[in-house]
Amino acid sequence: MTTTELMTLKTEPFVLNFGPLHPSTHGVYRMRATLDGEVVLDIEPVFGYLHRGIEKLAEERTYTGFIPLTDRLDYICPMSNNLAYCLAVEKLAGIRVPERAEYLRVIMAELQRLVNHFIAVGTFLNDCGAFMTPVVYMLREREKILDMFDMVCGQRLTYNYMRIGGVGQDIPEEFLPALRKFLGTTPRFIEEMEWLLKQNEILLARTKGVGILPRDTAINCGISGPVARASGVNRDLRKADPYSIYDRFEFDIPTGEAGDCYERYRVRIEEMRQSLRILEQVTKQIPGGPVRAEVPHLIRPPRGEAYAHLEAPKGELGFYIVSDNSIAPYRCHVRPTSLINLTALREMVRGWKVADLIVIFGSIDITMGEVDR
Amino acid sequence: MKFERYGIGIIKGMTVTIRHLLRHPTVNQFPEQRLNVSRRTRGNELIWSREKCTGCATCAKTCPQGAIEIVTATNAENNKYEVETYRVDTGYCIQCGLCVEACPYDAVFMGYSYERAKYRRGELVQTNDELLESPERPASGYYHPDIAGKLPVQTLLVDKIVEKRK
Amino acid sequence: MMPNLPMQAVPPDWPGGYWWHWLFFSILLIAFVVIMVMGAIWIERRGMGRMQSRLGPNRTGPFGLLQPVADAIKVLLKENIVPDSADKLVHWLAPVIAFAPVMMIFAVVPFQNGALLADLNIGILYVVAVSSVATLGVFMAGWGSSNKYSLLGAMRNVAAVVSYEMPLVLAIVGVVLVAGSLSMNDIVLAQDIPFILLQPLGFLLFFTAGCAEINRSPFDLMEADSELVAGFHTEYSGMKFAMFYLVEYAEAIAISAIITTLFLGGWRGPVLPPWLWFIVKIFIVFFFMVWTRTTLPRVRIDQLMALAWKFLFPLALINLFITAIQVLVWPDALPWGLIIVNIAIMVILVVVWSKFFKLGWGRLEV
Ligand code: SF4
Ligand code: SF4
Repeated sequence: MTTTELMTLKTEPFVLNFGPLHPSTHGVYRMRATLDGEVVLDIEPVFGYLHRGIEKLAEERTYTGFIPLTDRLDYICPMSNNLAYCLAVEKLAGIRVPERAEYLRVIMAELQRLVNHFIAVGTFLNDCGAFMTPVVYMLREREKILDMFDMVCGQRLTYNYMRIGGVGQDIPEEFLPALRKFLGTTPRFIEEMEWLLKQNEILLARTKGVGILPRDTAINCGISGPVARASGVNRDLRKADPYSIYDRFEFDIPTGEAGDCYERYRVRIEEMRQSLRILEQVTKQIPGGPVRAEVPHLIRPPRGEAYAHLEAPKGELGFYIVSDNSIAPYRCHVRPTSLINLTALREMVRGWKVADLIVIFGSIDITMGEVDR
Repeated sequence: MKFERYGIGIIKGMTVTIRHLLRHPTVNQFPEQRLNVSRRTRGNELIWSREKCTGCATCAKTCPQGAIEIVTATNAENNKYEVETYRVDTGYCIQCGLCVEACPYDAVFMGYSYERAKYRRGELVQTNDELLESPERPASGYYHPDIAGKLPVQTLLVDKIVEKRK
Repeated sequence: MMPNLPMQAVPPDWPGGYWWHWLFFSILLIAFVVIMVMGAIWIERRGMGRMQSRLGPNRTGPFGLLQPVADAIKVLLKENIVPDSADKLVHWLAPVIAFAPVMMIFAVVPFQNGALLADLNIGILYVVAVSSVATLGVFMAGWGSSNKYSLLGAMRNVAAVVSYEMPLVLAIVGVVLVAGSLSMNDIVLAQDIPFILLQPLGFLLFFTAGCAEINRSPFDLMEADSELVAGFHTEYSGMKFAMFYLVEYAEAIAISAIITTLFLGGWRGPVLPPWLWFIVKIFIVFFFMVWTRTTLPRVRIDQLMALAWKFLFPLALINLFITAIQVLVWPDALPWGLIIVNIAIMVILVVVWSKFFKLGWGRLEV
């Protein structure tokens, strides 16, 4: 071949399947990526490998009987799912929740946020290629929280703890001391994580400026949670539309500006600190009293519909329920955080390299259980 | 993007990992070292008490999976209403604990034991006497505070770590 | 230990002369490498386990020492699967081609004064030449298994090796200038002070480039498990996979051995016997590699290239230049003064060059 021929050598893009079984698609997500060498030209998501029809199943369960199934939506943070569903039913049926139950709900929701962010940050760093170390440290910390969840509700993953009109059982007396101990050790752990990776040059090079999600796109795509806040959207439902008793606590909403992967990682770390701050306040204020309102065994909410949303660790999680005055919902719809946050993925990854595709995907933090439902 | 910190961040990170080399590992060696599970643990078998059960079937109605099957009969001889079959298909059960919560007579319990896997699906369907409490099938304290009080205290990772630091 | 064969005028009085002798020691050497690899795997898994607050394998044998053996047996008993669309011959040949050169490196590494299989007077050149042949095997693996992940991994590997060969060789040249010889044995003999002190920058460059060349983390792009599943050996199983696994660690041991020889004074050391010193030093260097692997995230392919061409290559040139001047102007200067000067030069160069070093943003408009 002559030099001119070499210079005009035609290359053509090829299609590479990522997933559904791939080490870093966080479940069974599949994308068909069109690559030009290492550069991602386009991706096409393929969903549905984990579809279980949970929304339809809700129509055949009693209102209480659906709570265990919400655990299976976003299985990293079932407490938040439980809570969102219960809020929706309570709104529909007009049930008031006792004071102590509200506090317990806040404790569980914030611990759940910590769990989720531990996993999110850990797996994100794993996707960056830090060989298992951050993920193992994070899982160790998560283990402490899972121990506490196990203590109150008897399971480590599918909690089924929230009930319509309160929570399942009161916490055992060992719980609060354990929580205080946890609050004592965790800030130090977060500091250590910061030492490990905050200023790491390789991490900075890999994540700063990578996968920028502009503020407008974030708003237009309906993206919420840490991903949106990293792009400068200052919206956190705990402040914007306070549910439960979040208006009683002092905390800040960390936001970023750049909207890149690094900023998303920073926002998550800051949110962990804020969650710890909320937990400190809750443990000081928690009152005594009943933990569950008097509700009938089979609830029959009046005809109508209700939508309740909350700030789940991954973003806005909502439940829309239509009631026809029977013991089961007539229709139940979930506003899944992960699915909607994924919508901007294509915009974010186009033009980046394969390695960045994985990092950007990891920085969004999705759970397939929630995407496919 | 510049290499702003000349490798300081990398060195900082390396100090963290090397410090962990000197710390105690937090794993435990399962078959030999066993931790106490939670007192409220929802283990993988239901436990049923024949004496307390009245056959009201509240548990069967509550179960979201329809895993419980109850057949009752009237015993004409001593004029009593009694439970003929109480069958749980553990293969369908999702260990949600709603039946335990719902039972008005405290007649069902979640299991406290683990490692109760079976080799055949058929063995998962348990009927009457197979569901009774026995030494290898203790009841857990889920929704039964009286039982919970007697069970050993749960081992917590936080405690372990806090003790080691001292 | 092994006598210095080619230097001896009289053939050893073994039946059959040299041939039996060489055969015996070659087999001994291969056995040595395999045992070292097992040691390395054990160190990596246990060390990494402890750094991640786990225990690592501890069931097979005392302290899990037999775990590599158990793994080897398991992997050898596995079925050998060849993809339907693979190029069978290339697929079969690739592990062999990757395996041979790594073993050949050890022929010139001195275990003791004069104890090496072949004291080539161009020893280090031979190492550089032979070690890059392994890339061919990797590329054949990537190409032959007709899997897109494998191909991507193999292409990354070729690009990395081609780029990192430059700073690697230039860093070696610095050492050769100071030692005044290309023979590995003479280089060790010249190290009254370990060259890591006389050539700190050279050491840094060599270590980084060496890690990149053998694809240790943070430069393990060719088998980046979070991106490319397993990179070039995605389609390998059984015995052939075991070969690649062996090569990976044998390469790491080889690079550690070369670093030991060039910079850490080889087998020289007080008290302990020389061959033990050599092995201990190899494992210290290897442990350092494990440590970096545990801590650092992976770089991206364009950053890898940028690091080679914009950072390591110019620094290696400057290092060569400075070393040449030092050797010319002060052939026998006070070493301690020189050491301090050299370390100062290293710090200043790294800091200043970091200011110039820019990474691209990495995004293309599509
Ligand atoms: S634990 Fe839940 S699923 Fe299992 S039998 Fe009881 S109610 Fe049904
Ligand atoms: S709810 Fe309790 S008493 Fe009624 S049938 Fe079930 S186990 Fe028996």
